[in-house]
Amino acid sequence: MNLALIPLLPLLGAVIPSLFRSRNLNALTAGAIAGISMLLLLFQAPAVFNGEMPLASWSWIPTIGLNFAFRVSGFGFMFAFLILGIGLLIVIYARFYISADDPMGRFYTYLLLFMGSMLGIVLSENIILLMMFWELTSISSFLLIGFWSYRTDAREGARQALVITGGGGLAMIAGFLLLGNIVGSFELTTILASKEILHAHHLYPVTLILILLGAFTKSAQFPFQFWLPHAMAAPTPVSAYLHSATMVKAGVFLLALLFPVLSGSSLWFYIVTPVGLITLMFAAYMAMFKDDLKGLLAYSTVSHLGLITLLLGLGSPLAAFTAVFHILNHAAFKAGLFMLAGIIDHETGTRDMKRLSGLWKYMPITGTLTMLGCAAMAGVPLFNGFLSKEMFLAETLEPNLFGAFSWIVPVGATLAAVFAVAYSIRMVHDVFFKEPATDLPKKPHEPPHGMRLPAEILMTICLLVGLFPMTLAAPMVNVAAGSILGAATPDYHIAIWHGLNMALAMSVIALAGGAMFYLQRLRLFDSHRWCMRYCDGKANFEAFISGVVQGGRKLTGLMENGSLQRYIALLVGAVVVLGASPFFGSSAPLIGPLAMSSVDPVTLVMGLVLIVCAVATVVHHRNRILAIIMLGTVGLIVSLSFIRFSAPDLALTQISVEVVTIILLMMALHLLPRTTPVESSSARRWRDILLSVAAGGGCTALMMAVLTRPYDTIAGYFLENSKPGGGGTNVVNVILVDFRGFDTLGEITVLVIAGLVIYAMLHNFELTAPKIDALGRPWVQDRFPMILAQITRPLMPLALLFAAYIFLRGHNEPGGGFIAGLIVASVLILQYISSGIVWTRPRLTVDNHIIMAWGLVIAVATGVGSWMVGYPFLTSSFTYLKWPLVGKFEVASAIAFDLGVFLAVVGSVMLVLVKLGSMNSADAEIVSTSVQNEKDEQEGAH
Amino acid sequence: MELLFTSCLGVMIACGVYLMLRARTFPFVLGLTLLGYAVNMFLFVSGRLKTNLPAVVSPEQLQYTDPLPQALVLTAIVIGFAMVAFVVVLALRASGELGTDHVDGHKENNS
Repeated sequence: MNLALIPLLPLLGAVIPSLFRSRNLNALTAGAIAGISMLLLLFQAPAVFNGEMPLASWSWIPTIGLNFAFRVSGFGFMFAFLILGIGLLIVIYARFYISADDPMGRFYTYLLLFMGSMLGIVLSENIILLMMFWELTSISSFLLIGFWSYRTDAREGARQALVITGGGGLAMIAGFLLLGNIVGSFELTTILASKEILHAHHLYPVTLILILLGAFTKSAQFPFQFWLPHAMAAPTPVSAYLHSATMVKAGVFLLALLFPVLSGSSLWFYIVTPVGLITLMFAAYMAMFKDDLKGLLAYSTVSHLGLITLLLGLGSPLAAFTAVFHILNHAAFKAGLFMLAGIIDHETGTRDMKRLSGLWKYMPITGTLTMLGCAAMAGVPLFNGFLSKEMFLAETLEPNLFGAFSWIVPVGATLAAVFAVAYSIRMVHDVFFKEPATDLPKKPHEPPHGMRLPAEILMTICLLVGLFPMTLAAPMVNVAAGSILGAATPDYHIAIWHGLNMALAMSVIALAGGAMFYLQRLRLFDSHRWCMRYCDGKANFEAFISGVVQGGRKLTGLMENGSLQRYIALLVGAVVVLGASPFFGSSAPLIGPLAMSSVDPVTLVMGLVLIVCAVATVVHHRNRILAIIMLGTVGLIVSLSFIRFSAPDLALTQISVEVVTIILLMMALHLLPRTTPVESSSARRWRDILLSVAAGGGCTALMMAVLTRPYDTIAGYFLENSKPGGGGTNVVNVILVDFRGFDTLGEITVLVIAGLVIYAMLHNFELTAPKIDALGRPWVQDRFPMILAQITRPLMPLALLFAAYIFLRGHNEPGGGFIAGLIVASVLILQYISSGIVWTRPRLTVDNHIIMAWGLVIAVATGVGSWMVGYPFLTSSFTYLKWPLVGKFEVASAIAFDLGVFLAVVGSVMLVLVKLGSMNSADAEIVSTSVQNEKDEQEGAH
Repeated sequence: MELLFTSCLGVMIACGVYLMLRARTFPFVLGLTLLGYAVNMFLFVSGRLKTNLPAVVSPEQLQYTDPLPQALVLTAIVIGFAMVAFVVVLALRASGELGTDHVDGHKENNS
């Protein structure tokens, strides 16, 4: 558990610092949390230095191979030590750096969040877990870069960093999943031992490239280097911590961690080495021309990350050993230099090297520290930077896979070293020497000692490691490199003096060349200027992003112009294209092997009538009444076709829905214009005809292909179990109320919701129907026809009886709740039509809302009822009763459910039609007055 | 028979789509209704065209029609009605609010 607490403590405790108002308490709590983690880590030290690897594992989601597992390898220990050690120094530094106006508690919260995620990366045993922490660092880095969220550059820098590292993270997830699937485990211990399996697999190149993408974006390798300099908009403690010492090292950490499995192929060499070399040179070159202190340091960081990448790319054990050593050295001097840059910024108000000069007079201690740091950065002997740099230069001389072009590597490395010396000299000389500056925003002075302390500690370490490498650094580097390389770890003696060799010559060239470059800097600046126009990564990034946004906007504008016609045309067109496309690549015939059945004359005639009526609906659609009549005919033939093809339930449903639909359309037409004007151009009409013929033809072809092929249905199950399981012989109805009862419940819910929405839309809304028809004739003002009214009134009880019959027999014969509900609704509507709303409304006083609601309540209650007696929701049960006169009678709980369906259908259909019918404002007036009159009469009678 | 059935279906879909591409709400509703018929039949016929076969189980009967598409289509018919009713009322409300029955609410045709 102690092991898991190392990363979890900062994550869980992240919120604590923001609970306090006092800035000292903020820093103190954050420091305490990091300190406890550090102690827990140090408890692991004896085991780690003994060559063991403590492991702690809990099963989390075993089905996807995710374990909550942590390990402390030597390399992980070194990194965790760096993260916590520098983290503690940053906590102190930030206490003095962050001003009183900024929310310091929140800053420490983000910082701890980041610290925990970063520890999680270096200590994870499971790579899925590692991935989660990886993403967490991207997010916490986003929050930290954007800490001064009122600044545009902070927001842009944060967004850029998130897009680049988050995007790389996505690639890496894919790479990790592939890796885990190839190896068969997501545990690092297994993965690290599976080099042969991975290299033999055909997906190795894809896996490698995806993982490298993740690592390169995180470590700001070319061509993703540009996000890091812009992340410098962050407060300096963040830059010192995340963007020099820790987070950007996560990429090279990963490269080194997976070095034993991923490396060793030519592909690895050909990708990693050039990327490292280009990054090293390009960033060192860019660093020379940065006027911003932090910009210089940022590019220098990118360059050093390139150096580490290059070393890992070279692939030899000693190169990996050197990479580990340089990670350590670079973290020490770069974090210190960032802190010093922050101090200069803090105490002078600027970090522009064109304005800063001659600070030595005011800040001699800061100046000395900066000199030490820059000496380490430049690789001056007696500093730690010199040691790893010389080892690096020696490594570049080893033969490599570039063959005849092997010289590129050492030459490039030396050139980059020259640049590094030049920018290091510039940082010291431009800032602290030359004439004292006169126009600084603040009067410069030394910072409070607490702010300088962390840099002092780090610079002391740089110097001491440079002087006594074997005592101070070698044990840690050996353990760390040993955990990566295993038996292949070189027995290397780190020393200042290796004799007169090529690497020393290269160091000397670098120092001399760098000094010369610095002296000639004015000429260099000129030649650099034109180059900047093309190499500005940020401008390219922003141009790319705005291009994407504009392109997206254009595309949206093209497709989403607010015209329903265009949407439907695009939708239908897309469906036709998508539906047709598989047929073009296929050699299978469209028509399958089954023979078609013969056509009888009646069916043929009906089919032709349907076609004629459907076409007539279109041809006459401007004459709306005629179109409705044609449409009604189509609907009738559709219901007849259901009878013809053995579906009496559907026929009954269709014909009753047909009635209410046509009534609905007629009522709507009463309030809408009766004709449709000619609007579309003929070209538009032809396009639409083409599109609809394609859609219709496509469906015909598709259905033909289906119908002429044999099929296998699951209906057998329903047919077998309908009677014994559901207690009914009408399988369609048993499916509705029993097998698929839950679906039906959802469907009547939709029906009820539709009814309510329609009611809401029509509530308090008035439309006045025109007083004249399309031809200008006034509407007839006659009373309702008497014969119709007299016939329909006695019809009502008969129809209700019939509905009851249909309802009751539904479980065993065609019928059921849906159909009975529709019949009742139609007959009620008939009363409204024949006798008018004024007569009918007072006689049908039951509120349709209530009916509808009861329907749902009963349906749900039936379901819950089976719950109560211990069965799953909506399980039906049935029994047989013997009634006198009627005979044996079956009672199923499903019938109660069907009653719910019935009521919901009646209620919602009535709700819609009655509401729509009483909407015409002129009619509504009559209704309200007549209802009032009737009430008055009744009251008078009492 | 299959060819006749699918041709009817294709004609209904073509007519429905054409009407839905018109610029006024009423033809749109007509088209939606037609398309609704066609889609229901499309689903229904996936259980194949059977003549004179019941979906009611009895001991003598050996062959049955496929009851599953029928059950699915039955509710689809009712839901289809609810949808048409909804669109009709939306069209009414829109014409009341906007003073036009154009599908995009344009007073004049400029689509």
